[in-house]
Amino acid sequence: MSFAPSPAALAEIERAIARYPRAAAALLPVLHVIQGESGFISKEAADWVADKLAVDPVRVREALSFYTMFRTAPGGRHTIRVCRNLSCHLAGAEDILGFIVERLGIRPGETTPDGAFTLTAVECLGNCDHAPCLQVDGLDHAPASRGSVAALIEELKGRD
Amino acid sequence: MTEPEALLLPPDDGSWRLADYLRRGGYEAARKALTSMAPADVVSEVRRANLRGRGGAGFPAGVKWGFVPPAGPGPRYLCVNTDEGEPGTFKDRLILRRAPHALIEGLVITAFAVGVPKAFIYVRGEYARTAGRLEAALAEARAAGFIGPRVLGTDFSLDVVVHYGAGAYICGEETALLESLEGRRGLPRVKPPFPAAVGLFRAPTVVNNVETLAAVPGIIRRGADWFVGRGLPKDGGTRLFGVSGAVRRPGVYELPVGTPLRRIIEDHAGGPPEGRRIKAVVPGGLSAPVLRPEEIDLPMDYDSLAGAGSMLGSAGIVVIPDGAPMLDILHLTARFYAHESCGKCAPCRIGTAWMLKIVERLRRSGGRPADLDLILSLGEGIRGRTLCPLGDGAAQSVRAVVTKFREELEQAVAR
Repeated sequence: MSFAPSPAALAEIERAIARYPRAAAALLPVLHVIQGESGFISKEAADWVADKLAVDPVRVREALSFYTMFRTAPGGRHTIRVCRNLSCHLAGAEDILGFIVERLGIRPGETTPDGAFTLTAVECLGNCDHAPCLQVDGLDHAPASRGSVAALIEELKGRD
Repeated sequence: MTEPEALLLPPDDGSWRLADYLRRGGYEAARKALTSMAPADVVSEVRRANLRGRGGAGFPAGVKWGFVPPAGPGPRYLCVNTDEGEPGTFKDRLILRRAPHALIEGLVITAFAVGVPKAFIYVRGEYARTAGRLEAALAEARAAGFIGPRVLGTDFSLDVVVHYGAGAYICGEETALLESLEGRRGLPRVKPPFPAAVGLFRAPTVVNNVETLAAVPGIIRRGADWFVGRGLPKDGGTRLFGVSGAVRRPGVYELPVGTPLRRIIEDHAGGPPEGRRIKAVVPGGLSAPVLRPEEIDLPMDYDSLAGAGSMLGSAGIVVIPDGAPMLDILHLTARFYAHESCGKCAPCRIGTAWMLKIVERLRRSGGRPADLDLILSLGEGIRGRTLCPLGDGAAQSVRAVVTKFREELEQAVAR
């Protein structure tokens, strides 16, 4: 199996590399571009990146296993990140997380069988004055309530 | 606070754009620095202002800049630390949203002062959507000639790159940030050498927090004395105090350094909601040891908090109300550090994992009150034995919860 990004992604990758004095420094931006297009970083994609940036393949895999935002297997079409650190905890984050777990029927780290949602429990998202907070596909949703989350899930389901 | 135009954060009314920033006198400081001051004069003005780093460590910015060797032939870099992730901290997010040009202007002045032609803004990956405004503001600044080739018609040029992280608290530590920026895991480096001597791509590098840089234009425009006058002699200016948790009006409050903690919580943030009382306060992000209610009559500056055995840190204040079980707080604290430890230093990697396991056992059953002593001894095994402050943060925050709320924890365990 070989991997090739789309022409548009490749152009973006070339622009990213050009911004750094050394190609290897573009590792994170390049991985973001590929994950943005493919939804995850396959083994083939990782090797392609290593080749492109002229680094050892292991260095790409090290990064993939270190940075929590990258995934090496397909995820859901929507990703829900629920903060559960101090301020959100005090505002009922566990209840919100439990509610989402119940609604979607999956636990944090899992993806719904229909491929619609991936749920993750994360540390502070820096939105403490709007606790409890979460992000859906990187967009802030805060403060979250059972009602707002239920509506959000329905809206996302309708959008697909 | 009689000069609203001197505040770092304008109201959240859409006035973040260049036109509004210019109406407030924006980029006058950059013009003044680049067209009428020598770089060394800019450095000494900021040093006189006693602007202490707003990221958490509190190192004086002007002194840090002074460590960069005099201009030589090789490259040198400026990195903006926008990897805000200390739990309870959300001030830098607000600067990105409400005052991105203050950050950019501070960046221009700082780059000029230390002779840097290339700057990187390291933004945590989770802030990518929020940073849309920063990117838009950079485009405005570029179009207006405030960054790019020949800034303001001078010989000084500045290229700015926004770089997104991908989920790792540790990358807020400055040498981990540099490793990450070079395309590796964010593992802290051995210091010394400090980044000012050997930094990004082994070149001299200044790493400053967003709020630190955003404070620089005011210092250049109005002078070091003005800045010192707004705060304390050894810790100048105002700070963005974030208040969250059990208060009526959570939010960020820009107040003089040295404002008493109790006043910030009660007068500005409205104190706890009806019928609730303060049980504990985290004064400067999760890594800052928790304070008991009788300990919060403290001026919020680096030295006072250190004197009280805590830390001003990021000035992210979290108010914990009565009724919140401290065993839960202990658990989320231990879980955070175990999750975020990068694994490079064995005491932190192993110690934080065991602290979490023990706390989990305390929460289930089968734990004993003596386990609390085990947790404390694990903390002692971490403290001072790691390359970066994450290990100390874990040890001291866990220690404070255990020692200051021991009675409650023992009762909870006995049940």
